[in-house]
Amino acid sequence: MSLSAFKRALWVFHVPTGSCNGCDIEIVAALTPRYDVERFGIMLVGTPRHADVLLVTGTVTRPMAERLRRIYEQTPDPKAVVVVGGCGSTSGVFYESYNVAGPVDEIIPVDVYVPGCPVRPEAIIDGVVKAVAKLERPVAKERT
Amino acid sequence: MIVQMIWQSAAVVLGGLLLGLVYKGLDRKLAARMQGRIGPPLRQPFLDVRKLMVKENVVPRDAVPWLFHAAPILALVAAATVLLYLPLGGLAPVLTGRGDLILVLYLLAVPAVAMALGGFAAGTPFSAVGAQREIVMMMSYEFPLAVVVVGIVWRTATLGHSPAFSLAVVSGTPLWSLVGPLGVLGLALLLLCLLVVTPAELSKIPFDIPEAETEIAGGLLVEYSGVNLALFYLADALKTVAMGALVVALFIPYGLAGVFGLEGLVAGIVDVAFFLVKVFAVVFASVTVVRVAMARLKVDQVARGFWIPITTAALAGLVLLILDKAVVG
Repeated sequence: MSLSAFKRALWVFHVPTGSCNGCDIEIVAALTPRYDVERFGIMLVGTPRHADVLLVTGTVTRPMAERLRRIYEQTPDPKAVVVVGGCGSTSGVFYESYNVAGPVDEIIPVDVYVPGCPVRPEAIIDGVVKAVAKLERPVAKERT
Repeated sequence: MIVQMIWQSAAVVLGGLLLGLVYKGLDRKLAARMQGRIGPPLRQPFLDVRKLMVKENVVPRDAVPWLFHAAPILALVAAATVLLYLPLGGLAPVLTGRGDLILVLYLLAVPAVAMALGGFAAGTPFSAVGAQREIVMMMSYEFPLAVVVVGIVWRTATLGHSPAFSLAVVSGTPLWSLVGPLGVLGLALLLLCLLVVTPAELSKIPFDIPEAETEIAGGLLVEYSGVNLALFYLADALKTVAMGALVVALFIPYGLAGVFGLEGLVAGIVDVAFFLVKVFAVVFASVTVVRVAMARLKVDQVARGFWIPITTAALAGLVLLILDKAVVG
């Protein structure tokens, strides 16, 4: 059985680590009838244990840093991390703020960055699809 | 004989799994269409299971490992065993025995108990809350379910069909045409109660309080991942078929082959196909439509709802059947 299993069956878990709710609303928008990500097999799940991809929104506040690390460790392998929004990618307007532990990639390894403030649902879907490609890559390496 | 039975059992369980996953796919597709979405492809549940098989199987630090691993297997085996006792269209059940209907009732409770056990064994607050809710749900819906079954069995027995509590006898005598008008009313009430119990038995919206993704993050499945989660997923698929088949066996055990005067292999195929349609109709009416139209109930609403209105309705159905016996004989 290969990792191409993720191609049409991807369960994502949404981790808000201190976002303004803008990106979170756009993630919800991707589930609505207009975008309907379920038709690609992408499903929002309620626990990191069921997740294949973590969608992290917002720059990481100090209290959330430890939680984010734990959520990442709780997610079963193979997994990918998609950062949604400018704040999570670079800290955005909260750059070097006193209560910010840093952008997401300073806390956990990140696979895909989706910039935007807030990002559009199309961009989120594109980011998740790129994450699938990342999930499948280790197997491709083994084959060659 | 034994070898043949093993082959038959394997065929029924595999067929049930396939069918359960197809029904799950249909359910998701139709629910999406009702919400104005395109929805996942029909084979989505198969893809989900395949993906779960690849994932890491995490056991939490505070879990009781043997119980944590045993629970999904227990759930799957119990759900598969129920299917072996149920008549599937024109096919006779693989296993039969004295009072097999009572056994089916108990076996239907086992997957829920297994899920609760797994939830407690995971040793985390969300799963413990989910497990407690599952137990509360079971205590609520088991009584109306038992009343429905007892009502049907009692009326069948009073019409001179024995032995009582035999699924073969109950599904061999469709009561609708044998009872008077009061009896038909009673049967309709019992059918309604059973259709309300079905989504609760399957933990679907509005009775998905043990899982409740948005409030307790997946409830009793919260710590499950990988193969164990896939086993629960398959157990759920099998249980869907089993519940549908139980409703069909109790209330609509009609075949088409007799109507068209078919015989032999053709009759078997027609009856099995008609059976699949009936099971689908039951699942569609009591799971898909309800879950799209309603939101999740609170646990106290479910407990009160089953204990007072649904139990009353079921008992009223039973009383109507008793009156029918007094009038019609």
